[in-house]
Amino acid sequence: MSDSQGLVGRRYELPEPYLVGREHVRAMARALFATNRIHLEVEAARAAGYADVVAPTTFPAVLQDACMQLFLADPDAGIELQNVVHGDEGFRYERPIVAGDELRAVLEITSIKSLGGNSMIAADTVVTDADGGHVVTATATLVVRGEVAA
Amino acid sequence: MPAGWDGRAAEVGDAVTAPTTMTFTRDSLVRYAGASGDFNPIHYRDDIATAVGLPGVLAHGMLTMGAAIQPLVQALGDPARIVSYSTRFTRPVVVDADEGAEVTIDARVGQTAGDDGVGRIDLTVTCAGKTVLGKAQVRARFAPGTDGDDETDARAATR
Repeated sequence: MSDSQGLVGRRYELPEPYLVGREHVRAMARALFATNRIHLEVEAARAAGYADVVAPTTFPAVLQDACMQLFLADPDAGIELQNVVHGDEGFRYERPIVAGDELRAVLEITSIKSLGGNSMIAADTVVTDADGGHVVTATATLVVRGEVAA
Repeated sequence: MPAGWDGRAAEVGDAVTAPTTMTFTRDSLVRYAGASGDFNPIHYRDDIATAVGLPGVLAHGMLTMGAAIQPLVQALGDPARIVSYSTRFTRPVVVDADEGAEVTIDARVGQTAGDDGVGRIDLTVTCAGKTVLGKAQVRARFAPGTDGDDETDARAATR
């Protein structure tokens, strides 16, 4: 993190489109205590006008996390996963994600601040669909413990 | 498709759903780690959590955030009514290996719908009597069904 300011503005993009699988949607729904049938049953989703099962509301965190792992693997970042805790999170939705979506995700480091011996790393992740349409933007702050940004 | 909660006549402070309690166990954390791909060891290794100065194994913030909105999603009937959702992770949810952790969610109108039909619902999420999410706010379309043009667009985009 010694050269952390050089990381601001850096972008991390998933190397290929992320195909949202039906069973993954169901696994996330079960993990998140989701009870609405729209997340689990294809028929319920189609009756509601969707092409397939609807991903739970915070599913975009999966794409955000995949991008974040690219950042954490960046040798310039020099961050150990176990020192990371999540500070805040926000999503702005254009539409829900559904199984079958092929999504692109790009994370951009927007700021790095030093606070009380920790580093606060803010990042925006923009998720778009196969047509290039905006699906959701996720905004996160990670708190890296015991590391001081330059 | 159930019509879902109608918030057009709702007032600030009105409950959207009855309070809901969920129990997070270590199993819940493993299940979320596997489903989400977030394998930070602070969510399943007591020794590592302690070594980095945490009070114990913590629930993923995104598990708490993602589970906390579920009673509201069920009440609204259609996730496309949700415009935005944000929170701060103000206090960790420590998940005891034996007893787990009970998380309670209360959802109330924080701001009535504006001209665009979108209002705000505030989630109060507590564990052991203390708030664990700060400013957990959901902006949502307060009209049920398919009234809103935006909602129709949202569905069309997924066909």
